[in-house]
Amino acid sequence: MSNPPFTNFASIAAPLPDDNIDTDIIFPARFLLITAKHGLGDYAFYDRRHGPDGARDPGHVLNQARFDTARVLVTGANFGCGSSREQAVWALAGLGIRAIIAPSFGEIFAGNALRNGVLPIVQPATIMAEMLRLAGEGAIFSVDLSAETLSVDGLPQVQFSIAAEAKAALLNGWDETDQIIHNFAADIAAFEQQQRATMPWLYRGNATQ
Amino acid sequence: MSRTLYDKLWDAHVVRDLGDGQALIYIDRHLVHEVSSPQAFAALRAKSLPLRRADTHFAVADHAIPTLREGGVIEDPMAAAQIAELEDNAHAFAVPYAAPDSAGQGIVHVIGPETGFTLPGTTIVCGDSHTTTHGAFGALAFGIGASECGTVMAAQVLRQTKAKTMRVTFTGALPRGVYAKDMALALIAQIGANGAAGHSVELAGEAVRALDMAGRMTLCNMMIEAGSRVGLIAPDAVTFAYVKGRKGAPQGADWDAALAYWRTLSSNDDAVFDREVVLDISTLTPRVSWGTSPDENCGIDEAVPDNAPSLAYMGLTGGQAIAGTPISHVFIGSCTNGRIEDLRAAAAVLKGRQVADGVTALIVPGSTATRALAEAEGLEAIFLAAGCQWRQAGCSMCVAMNNDRLGPGDRCASTSNRNFEGRQGKGGRTHLVSPAMAAAAAVTGHLCDVRELMA
Repeated sequence: MSNPPFTNFASIAAPLPDDNIDTDIIFPARFLLITAKHGLGDYAFYDRRHGPDGARDPGHVLNQARFDTARVLVTGANFGCGSSREQAVWALAGLGIRAIIAPSFGEIFAGNALRNGVLPIVQPATIMAEMLRLAGEGAIFSVDLSAETLSVDGLPQVQFSIAAEAKAALLNGWDETDQIIHNFAADIAAFEQQQRATMPWLYRGNATQ
Repeated sequence: MSRTLYDKLWDAHVVRDLGDGQALIYIDRHLVHEVSSPQAFAALRAKSLPLRRADTHFAVADHAIPTLREGGVIEDPMAAAQIAELEDNAHAFAVPYAAPDSAGQGIVHVIGPETGFTLPGTTIVCGDSHTTTHGAFGALAFGIGASECGTVMAAQVLRQTKAKTMRVTFTGALPRGVYAKDMALALIAQIGANGAAGHSVELAGEAVRALDMAGRMTLCNMMIEAGSRVGLIAPDAVTFAYVKGRKGAPQGADWDAALAYWRTLSSNDDAVFDREVVLDISTLTPRVSWGTSPDENCGIDEAVPDNAPSLAYMGLTGGQAIAGTPISHVFIGSCTNGRIEDLRAAAAVLKGRQVADGVTALIVPGSTATRALAEAEGLEAIFLAAGCQWRQAGCSMCVAMNNDRLGPGDRCASTSNRNFEGRQGKGGRTHLVSPAMAAAAAVTGHLCDVRELMA
């Protein structure tokens, strides 16, 4: 479904310095039995935020009151690698996260993020240590999607890049399915007509049962 | 014009070039399971959209389904509800569906190939990252999120960014006791868990040609653990012999036409890849993961690194030999290693031996059809005589969202694909290995070199 249009914002940022934070860490598999998209914020990083006895770990950055209002995560390389579970994004969105800054992302995760109004921002590893430090000190991170700029108190403004179509979708809150059906229905029908003629075996019904 | 296999598959499915390296790609096949589909079906309902081509989808419960379900009873009410929702959705939208107690049930990435739903030259998607598996057939297959599942249902296309190309050439012949799983782990250790990000990976070379389809699927399955959404192997006589005669395979004149097309699906000799990797496997040893990322693996004859952050979680000491590490659990199964060939490899080690005291060994076939075949071949009898548990088909202890889970501190030799922190259960410790290596660990009670148990 469509998302609210992405607007510029400024917020403190929560630092999660590890590399390879996978989607099992972000959203442990046992909660995948929940079929809702909303209300998943409490499960984000659940096993990292809770001790063996189930009690909240006050040491975890996302359990600290000073990061309650963080709408940005600053994190390590390959964030969101692993499983394609979109629940990882829904859970982060449920926490109020709107942008994630990392040296690199798991590709399926990054695509899922964009479809849910969460902006993945790639920054070179060289600048990430400084951003992590500043995030820990409570610096304000300002995201301007139209200008593709990120401003962090204490650092020179930096650019990020995003595919034009993804940017337009975020800024307008477009839903990908709606956009495709609205704009490309004739192209899809034409492709099917051509494929049916050249590869008829793909149009004989489902014979697998 | 010189093209790679990836280029050919991409070009054959471009519905509309969108510029900027993006295109609308037609999707021929969609595997649907209970975890990533409820929200997609809900989106169709909310938009009052029809499902465009019901016969291009295939639905089955694999992730949440328990592997102990005598009489088809699913005790966990949340899992039962999730599976009932899949069944309701499949019926409401006329999607072909294999019920939990049917002969067609199994892990999506095992039954797709088994039934001939997976065909060379097609595009295949699933709300599951291990969709890379189907690339073993020369299909462009990749994992997607639940939102994209809904897009495929409604529009049969996805907006995709074309990947760069990487070719990995495996040279040499596999030594005894070393398998496709070891090739995958060695590659991931070499290039890193993010080493193939942004690339489609074509797996090539004599060692890949020598693999059967099960081995090729294992190899492609693991490419997501190198960060790639797409693993590819050019289809050849081995592929065609596997596909021919399966339920979903083309018949008669269709077969001849399809075969003629499939034979064109290889990279041109002069095709240029963005990146080339060569890996000689002639001296490869059985691999075992020691950390919490799939690239953290080594030969069974090696020691773990001195300083790695994941060693604390894994309960290992820097510099220690990995062999000899006691285990409490063995898991043989999953979309990586749950096929009949994998079960045969495990049975060859377990035959006439006993699971060590204190070790729980789960053997979980990847599909109900595989389970039946294993029973007919006498593998079940070998597993039961050895003291293993013989379960019904499903994702089981690979995903820890059903009843099969490790507890805190449990240590498992596992044929699955991910050794992430908590992947097999909160606090559980996973060592990724081949089926033969997992069987060897079951027998000795510790991580060990399976070659020492081979006659």
